[in-house]
Amino acid sequence: MTVPSISITMTGSGGSGVMTAGNLLLEAAGRAGWFGMMTRSAGPQIRGGEAAAMLRLSSEPVLAHQDRYDILLGIDWKNADRFAAEIPLDADSLIVGPGEAPAIFAEAAGQQFQLDLPKIAKSVSGGRPNMVALGVAAAIVGLPEEAVAQVIDKALGRKGADAVSAGMESVRAGMEAAKALPSFNSLAVNTEAETTSQEARWNISGNEACGLGAVRGGVRFVAAYPITPATEVLEWLAPALPKLGGALVQAEDELASVTQIIGGSFGGTPSLTATSGPGLALMMESIGLAVASETPIVVIDVMRGGPSTGIPTKSEQSDLNIALYGLHGDAPHLVLAPLTIGDCVFTTQWSVVLAEKLQTAAIVLSDQALGQTRAIIPRQQDVGMVAEREVPATLDEDYQRYANTESGISPMSIPGQAGGQYCADGLAHTPTGLPSSKADDHHLQMDKRLHKLTNYEFSSHWAEIEGSDDAEVAVLTWGSSYGAASEAVAAMQAEGKKVRLIAMRLLSPAQPEKLADSLQGISKVLVVEQSHSGQFYRYLRAQYDIDAQVRSMAVPGPLAIRPSDVLKTLSEWS
Amino acid sequence: MIATTGTHLSEGGCQIMAAKDYKSGVKPVWCPGCGDYGVLLSLTKTLAELQLSPEQVSVISGIGCSSRIPAYLKTFGFHGVHGRALPLATGLKVSRPDQTVIVASGDGDGFSIGGNHFLHACRRNVNLTYIVMDNQLYGMTKGQASPTSAPDWEKGKLTPGGTGINPFHPLVVGLASGANFIARVSGTDANGAVPILKQAIEHPGFSLVHILSPCITYNRDQLEWKKQVRQAPVEATSDPAQAARRLMTDDNLNLGVLYKGNRKPYQPDLKAQVDSLEVLEEQFAV
Ligand SMILES: Cc1ncc(C[n+]2csc(CCOP(=O)(O)OP(=O)(O)O)c2C)c(N)n1
Ligand code: SF4
Ligand SMILES: [Mg+2]
Repeated sequence: MTVPSISITMTGSGGSGVMTAGNLLLEAAGRAGWFGMMTRSAGPQIRGGEAAAMLRLSSEPVLAHQDRYDILLGIDWKNADRFAAEIPLDADSLIVGPGEAPAIFAEAAGQQFQLDLPKIAKSVSGGRPNMVALGVAAAIVGLPEEAVAQVIDKALGRKGADAVSAGMESVRAGMEAAKALPSFNSLAVNTEAETTSQEARWNISGNEACGLGAVRGGVRFVAAYPITPATEVLEWLAPALPKLGGALVQAEDELASVTQIIGGSFGGTPSLTATSGPGLALMMESIGLAVASETPIVVIDVMRGGPSTGIPTKSEQSDLNIALYGLHGDAPHLVLAPLTIGDCVFTTQWSVVLAEKLQTAAIVLSDQALGQTRAIIPRQQDVGMVAEREVPATLDEDYQRYANTESGISPMSIPGQAGGQYCADGLAHTPTGLPSSKADDHHLQMDKRLHKLTNYEFSSHWAEIEGSDDAEVAVLTWGSSYGAASEAVAAMQAEGKKVRLIAMRLLSPAQPEKLADSLQGISKVLVVEQSHSGQFYRYLRAQYDIDAQVRSMAVPGPLAIRPSDVLKTLSEWS
Repeated sequence: MIATTGTHLSEGGCQIMAAKDYKSGVKPVWCPGCGDYGVLLSLTKTLAELQLSPEQVSVISGIGCSSRIPAYLKTFGFHGVHGRALPLATGLKVSRPDQTVIVASGDGDGFSIGGNHFLHACRRNVNLTYIVMDNQLYGMTKGQASPTSAPDWEKGKLTPGGTGINPFHPLVVGLASGANFIARVSGTDANGAVPILKQAIEHPGFSLVHILSPCITYNRDQLEWKKQVRQAPVEATSDPAQAARRLMTDDNLNLGVLYKGNRKPYQPDLKAQVDSLEVLEEQFAV
């Protein structure tokens, strides 16, 4: 759309190494000064089934995949048709690969060119088809050989000089073969001007970014139970924490991981866990304990298709309801959502800081699309926020752990602080923490726990707001749907239409005044989300008075919401 | 990780703590005559014996009559949710190894709803002391059968006619799962319990102390335990095979230290190796 970019998918069956080729292509694009993203898709096999590496490369940062692919490059076509819905092709698309591509692709694409990558690989001593594919792809998108050579060196260096030279020979063979391809006009990337970009760039996934945000925020204790698609958050933290003087413990289940972090936090250490829907469901009782006992914790939920086991490897924004409403009793807590892969760093960091400041539980709703997508993005500066829990400076006889303060935040003593002893409790309690079922005590503590959140000034971080100040139409979205919505809004603006985009990072507590301000002058609001029942739309209806026509665009997973979907809905309505 | 202000009083030598100094003064909710009073007394006496300053001790529990114990102590405490005392204590101890962490459960809390955590806490062998007040029933919910109820106990309100199923044997399971110290005490005999609780706290790794703590409200027969218990006829062994044979034939009434292992406790090293996050960020640089 507005960002000049090229989208390419590489497919191959088990063992073809297509993911490696995709990762190297992305990394090489980064070396060459570009930006981009790569999403992986795989069949149901645990390891080694057919796979597709879907990339979008650009001279500018990109937030979402395109609506279509320019190139479909097959190492082979075995079972490749399973990905048809994820790889839309059109008359401008080119298919490259051995023999006839599956009909569903061939019928959609404008051109097909036969190139037998495995055969080319055989002509190179130690040659590998995926490295040939890397060469073909690099040539098509116009990557310099040197950028590819650098990443081959990095990736294969430890396997020895022979592996590196065989890899590079394969790449060169691929680049050579690509010369025979028909010229392809949609390669709109301006290579000359952009490849010299010196801006520091990162190659990072959303899950790694959450891990980094956690430690930037001060997290030093993590308890972990693996679950797709959240595991990489934990896998990144496992070796990182010991370096920082922290620890990660692999727990026996999510009931344990969430209570372990409550224990860690009770001891004074900012603590976090990461999971996905099924794990979040198991954690609910103890998240309520963190809220009632005012013990700060952060739970990252990397959402996948639900309900139940659902679609573990695909994204959906359908845990919003459980994150907002899943706790029993009246249990005000924080719910936040990163908007982009890079924003996973900031939103996680901010969540840690907020949970610690407000002594409550924060649920961070990332998702598979952010978590497991790898991207070349600008380096994310450390905003310098670090957890600061209010600890009593002095302690005397009168210390009350749950004292009713003006802010609602009560200084929290830490084990080891003489005179600070108290018994944290999930039972309704008095200001000292003694169990009590008296109405006054219950009401006081409930008011306190609510007000400490509602009185807090969350600043402009609550949402990203883009587009025109004088627009009459707004797109209102949250979390990862921001990417597609943002591209759609930019495209409309480029056509001279005025649109505003509001993407919420803070879902709870609700910010009615802030939203009302951001909707000034708006008469139509399109609510965009990836769920079946319109969870976000319904949440808005319950929590906000929106003085405009409101329409819901709720699309369930597993397919990503594309910019064109949003654009189409917007154009039809406005 | 955390700078704390407390000192070990016996080292400081400034003040001698008595058992009563460990009591919070909060009046227990327990029925008059409940075995848990004895456990509370034993615990305060043990802490006094050890001269641990109250802020250096955390007592973590779940839910049940027995799990009410932390509020009655002057230490730090956490009365959490049903069945999850062990993981909460694990998180605390792993990140704050300087704290003395005691975990308190009932037989329902520890062996039924928290059963999985029990296995893995034994396996993990974090330096915790786990005291389980066993009254072979659920007291707090008014007298249902628990995993340790006798199969023919007919008064459980959900199991008229008895459970008909074998009771859980916590010490056998604890040994098999890797507990590093196993003992049984009588909750109604503080003098007998204190030296054993003291050893349990001092022994490195996961120490399991099975406490016979009668529920006089829902099973008065347990008052007989006082007369039926006996000192285990043999010295504690550190041979798990021998301990297994003994525990398999144990009738639940042998008191004393029954097993003393020497497995290395689980404790991550919390010394930072780098002083800046930049080292971690380098891996992302293109
Ligand atoms: C999740 C959950 N399920 C059920 C309960 C109800 N409940 C409270 S205490 C208890 C059993 C306690 O038995 P035990 O641990 O043996 O303690 P006792 O009261 O006998 O000392 C139950 C089932 C609860 N609090 N939470
Ligand atoms: S019900 Fe039983 S276990 Fe509970 S307090 Fe009363 S006597 Fe003790
Ligand atoms: Mg019991």
